[in-house]
Amino acid sequence: MIAELGHFATILALAIAAVQGTLPLVGAQRNLPALSAIARPAAIVQFVLIAIAFLALTHAFVTSDFSVLNVWQNSHTDKPLLYKISGVWGNHEGSLLLWVLILAAFGLGVAVLGRNLPPNLRTRVIAIQGLVGVGFLLLLVFLSNPFERIDPAPAQGNGLNPLLQDPGLAFHPPFLYLGYVGFSIAFSFAVAALIEGKVDAAWARWVRPWTLAAWTALTVGIVMGSWWAYYELGWGGWWFWDPVENASFMPWLLGTALLHSAIVVEKRDALRTWTVLLAILTFSFSLLGTFIVRSGVLNSVHAFATDPARGVYILLFLVVAIGGSLSLYAWRAPTLKGGGLFAPISREGSLVLNNLLLVAATATVFIGTMYPLFLDAVTGEKVTVGPPFFNATFAPLMVPLLAVMAIGPMMPWKRADLAGTLGRLKAAAVVTAIVALVTLYLSGFDQIMAVLGMAIAAWLIMGALVDVGERIMLFRIRWADSLRRARHLPRSAWGAAIAHAGMGVAILGMTGSLSWETEQLQIMRPGERVDVAGYTFEFDGVEPVRGPNYDAVRGTFRVYRDGDLIDLMRPETRRFANPPMVTTEAAIRPHSFGDLYAVVGESNGDGGFATRLYHKPLINWLWIGSLMMALGGIVSLTDRRLRVGAPSRRKAAAATMTQTSGQTA
Amino acid sequence: MRWRFILPMAAFVIVAIALGIGLTLEPREIPSALIGKPVPVFELPPVEGRTSGLSTADLKQGRPVLVNVFASWCGPCRQEHPLFIEIARTTDIPIFGLNQRDEPADAARWLATFGDPYDRTGADLTGRVSIDWGVYGVPETFVVDGQGCIQYKHISVMTREVFDEEILPRLRGEKHVPCEG
Repeated sequence: MIAELGHFATILALAIAAVQGTLPLVGAQRNLPALSAIARPAAIVQFVLIAIAFLALTHAFVTSDFSVLNVWQNSHTDKPLLYKISGVWGNHEGSLLLWVLILAAFGLGVAVLGRNLPPNLRTRVIAIQGLVGVGFLLLLVFLSNPFERIDPAPAQGNGLNPLLQDPGLAFHPPFLYLGYVGFSIAFSFAVAALIEGKVDAAWARWVRPWTLAAWTALTVGIVMGSWWAYYELGWGGWWFWDPVENASFMPWLLGTALLHSAIVVEKRDALRTWTVLLAILTFSFSLLGTFIVRSGVLNSVHAFATDPARGVYILLFLVVAIGGSLSLYAWRAPTLKGGGLFAPISREGSLVLNNLLLVAATATVFIGTMYPLFLDAVTGEKVTVGPPFFNATFAPLMVPLLAVMAIGPMMPWKRADLAGTLGRLKAAAVVTAIVALVTLYLSGFDQIMAVLGMAIAAWLIMGALVDVGERIMLFRIRWADSLRRARHLPRSAWGAAIAHAGMGVAILGMTGSLSWETEQLQIMRPGERVDVAGYTFEFDGVEPVRGPNYDAVRGTFRVYRDGDLIDLMRPETRRFANPPMVTTEAAIRPHSFGDLYAVVGESNGDGGFATRLYHKPLINWLWIGSLMMALGGIVSLTDRRLRVGAPSRRKAAAATMTQTSGQTA
Repeated sequence: MRWRFILPMAAFVIVAIALGIGLTLEPREIPSALIGKPVPVFELPPVEGRTSGLSTADLKQGRPVLVNVFASWCGPCRQEHPLFIEIARTTDIPIFGLNQRDEPADAARWLATFGDPYDRTGADLTGRVSIDWGVYGVPETFVVDGQGCIQYKHISVMTREVFDEEILPRLRGEKHVPCEG
């Protein structure tokens, strides 16, 4: 009964989305307020309906209602509650429902929070959001119904892929989708702006917070996925250039470019058509990511079960959504007037460079991901592209990007004096040089990448510090005055400094783990000792452990440093029965500037166990730095000028009133 | 309408066409052009620290064999690896490993860690031999009959199901594809 209610709600939501996506567009175009007025209530009702559907499916999972096919395929009564809930989106149909829920939530956000938007723009944005919803709801209702029943109901379910039964991964998809889907708002704003033929500073001011929120969520989502790979795959790697990882990384790169170019539109009224194009492309890559994951055109560990009909449908949807918006762009963009001029050496210039490099990096990842497919489609020739390709092409693009990253924020708008700007970064340059020389001294010439990585990290962190220091005139005026300036510094400036420093911190972590990792792989018997980077691991043997829905073998290591016992580490190998699968749970202990990482594997049948022990220096900073980037996004979101309706509310409200009264009159 | 505004659309059209063709390819079932063909002529040294390399002659010893393409940088390979370990432990089917574009030390370490099910290994450092084999993505697994004729190819992770339903019968000589040339 509840499942049918959910199914019915999705069908109704489709109908509402169809209305929301069409009539208000006509209303805005023909100036028919009665039709335009449908947009807001439609967005609200659509959200409520999809929320009902989502709750209905969640209910089926929580109560283990195996008469629902989806629950039977993906759940099991023995599963802990957390994973019953995360099971809702741990499969194709459910994750699609989550996707649509978030899409509707963003539509609701514009409907409720967008009071200060010009009414026509708001109407169009909600309508476009509705059209995107139609695309996904059609797929949900006709090709991926999560509420399908089976009769008779089986007594027990199949269980969720054990790899996915992990707290880190349970909330990875919701964050990822918040990011992916959040970019739909930027897309809707871009399409609405193309229809209206108007892109201005105000437009950029409305787009930016949504983009920022989506970007922040996507950052968190990617970090969660990477952290999961780090400890769950038991190999200690954190990025594999897997097609599915790339699918989430490309929108992130483009979203980063969009965030920066939107600043130029807002502050300087330049780069308008470019920013509109970026907004379209960012969401297009989110859609493309969905296609890659769902259609099975590329092989990956992560891919859900694939179905050719869905692949064909998603491709059609891509053609309509991306093809349609890019056609609109080709048609309307030339009419958008370019804005302020600027010299190549200026804040704008540095942001253009940022954009070019980020787009080039996206193109690199895209080519690496799709090249095998393209070549096969064109010539029938088959090749493979692995991490060697990405390491060789992606890194060289990142180096100049990161070098400019510290300089850009210090440059004035319009025209900058490069020598002067660099002069103000003297302190940063000196520290960078010292760090580079010390690294060179410690690790020698064959670790030149480590030297470069450490130098970039120092440059970014110092650059952010100097940037803030300059703004609050640290050491040049009295402390109290500097403090006062710091308090009044715009939150967006703080956000940028935190995010940029975060990037530096993350690079510190990447460099450390890539350059100075120590690993020891061996068969160990109880009582044996192994030294890893100054730590002594003593293997204590293994014991069987019973989990809620698995049996595990838990190994114990005593860790000594200079003869003192400092820690006990207990990695596990878990054997799940439904579905049958073995997972490794690495034991990880953060210690003075690094992680100790231990994995216990197969028994050799002779009292010994395969063990892997690592010392991963600085890796903690990778997570801390990435989260700092997300924090920078959040801080920036609280900026006065972005806070919903803060300074401009009264003015905008007045404008809204005159306009609506003008329309009704 | 200036051309630079049409450029994104033009690029997308190309991408969409490629994706469309990609859909029809259905990579898991690419009928390898090499099925029913003799294996390419090659000779590879073993993975670092091992003694038995892999060459065309090893595939013509009169017994059907499995050839598994793997790499230490390949995530999915880890997923299928326990199955090969099990096959090696419980059967006497010869399994040969084609190690694609790996750092020699990484490959050796990978095998030390996850176990070595391979009777022979070939270190294809440049990926040249893999291209001759028509390798699309790692992992892939081939069945070669005792005369060096490719019988079957499975792309992506090997599962128990595929092994039981597709691989085993062919190793027994069922569904034999006669060799052309």
